[in-house]
Amino acid sequence: MAKKVKSTKVKAKSAPKKTVKKIPVKKLDTRKQTIESLLELIRITSTVIPDDVAKVLMKARTQEEQNTTASYAMNIIKDNMDLAKFKSQPLCQDTGTVIFFVYHPPGFFQNEFKELIKKAVVQATQKGYLRQNSVNSLTGENAGTNLGEGHPSIHFYETNKKEVEVKLVLKGGGCENVSAQYSLPDTTLGAGRDLEGVRKVVIDAVYKAQGKGCGPGALGVCVGGDRADSAYAAKKQLLRKLDDKNSIPELAKLENEIVETCNKLGIGPMGFGGKTTLISCKMTHSNRVPASFFVSISYMCWAFRRQGIVMDSKKNTIKKWLY
Amino acid sequence: MKKLNYPFSPEAVRELKVGDMVLITGKLFTGRDAVHKYLHEGNKSPVNLKNQIIYHCGPVTMKDKKTGKWTVTAAGPTTSIREEPYQWEVIRDHGIVGVIGKGGMGQKTLDACKEYGCVYFHAVGGAAQVLAEKIKSVDGLYLEEFGLPEAIWELTVEDFPVVVTMDAHGNSLHKEVEASSKEILKSVL
Ligand code: SF4
Repeated sequence: MAKKVKSTKVKAKSAPKKTVKKIPVKKLDTRKQTIESLLELIRITSTVIPDDVAKVLMKARTQEEQNTTASYAMNIIKDNMDLAKFKSQPLCQDTGTVIFFVYHPPGFFQNEFKELIKKAVVQATQKGYLRQNSVNSLTGENAGTNLGEGHPSIHFYETNKKEVEVKLVLKGGGCENVSAQYSLPDTTLGAGRDLEGVRKVVIDAVYKAQGKGCGPGALGVCVGGDRADSAYAAKKQLLRKLDDKNSIPELAKLENEIVETCNKLGIGPMGFGGKTTLISCKMTHSNRVPASFFVSISYMCWAFRRQGIVMDSKKNTIKKWLY
Repeated sequence: MKKLNYPFSPEAVRELKVGDMVLITGKLFTGRDAVHKYLHEGNKSPVNLKNQIIYHCGPVTMKDKKTGKWTVTAAGPTTSIREEPYQWEVIRDHGIVGVIGKGGMGQKTLDACKEYGCVYFHAVGGAAQVLAEKIKSVDGLYLEEFGLPEAIWELTVEDFPVVVTMDAHGNSLHKEVEASSKEILKSVL
């Protein structure tokens, strides 16, 4: 950074032309501003549950019978949401895998943006919005910065929009551990290679998770794809707002059916028993080869941390919050 | 709502039953993977755990630069099942009367709870801020060499909210919910 400051000044002096002068100065300011915008995105994601999720959680809270362990858990969840927001401290101490989705116009500098994201992540860790949560899988070493092989996870998409959109998900470990992938047909469940089979394995995954994923949970599901793409597409479904509607009628129907059925299982918040086991299910599909039929399920805990920003195309300030 | 106040005892926890919502006031000692492994290997505990409660938690802590005092800024439970191989032994050899965590534990722990008079309390996973608020003081730090989240922290809490999910009479809410949801699962598949 310091180096850049110097070179900019030199250039600015020796080059009187307006355009030459303007570009490097703007670049310097926006780099700093980008890091600041990203840092604010991380802070809000870690400390505030997005509105669409909060709404569903609060509705679920009123639906549990009073004086039950389920309502007890939901009340504590509400208090925790209020307190985390008020104190601007992480909702949960497991601040999860840090996953960025960047949607950008053509001609965008991905590598440069990656570096800015990393800087923001390090700062967010220093400020306590993220726990020191990244461990080298071979050595067990924790560098304390949340940077390392594969961390943070960053995905880029080119769009036709003028502005850059950045979405962020913090995916907890407990709920990741109960996420699952099935290969159809599954004979023990009697699940064939059709939507009925898909329904069965998804419900089975929720049953198997019991309270271990810090439910009530939210699912992202992908029908088809190879093992890797399928798991990723399932996770990406967590970016959808809970109150949106799937444009594919069969999936829209199945999403509702799965939520309804899972809420009959009686697993309840934290697995204490109760009415709310699942707050949502969002599904997508991906082509497969004839030989395979995978169904991937990404389970998200009640501490559903996802947020997004649109950045001003000139100043890189936060122009709009997406959730 | 029930209350459990310090000093704790096997008799007091035997009164508690699965499904009880309890507010704990008194001392808690954190201990997770490293501590359980250490005790399992036969090492002496640096602090007497007789009639105490162990909390499966790796707290986020901060030291005041001026006073040297510790505060806990986030203190939610961590997954308990990882301690299943060791927990029964720690209950037997160290005389602990309570375990707090999340996700529940297995048969070995349930049996030890019954035999020695201990209960498993479930705290709300993810409620790091609410639970940290209930910590009134940090009274001690042991086995610091394991790293701060893995060390034993001696804490005083007030009205720390938990649910009894495994009692000292062989009952487990986790088993019950799993069994009843299995029945329902069969009917919907
Ligand atoms: S599953 Fe979610 S709420 Fe539970 S401990 Fe992990 S991150 Fe926190």
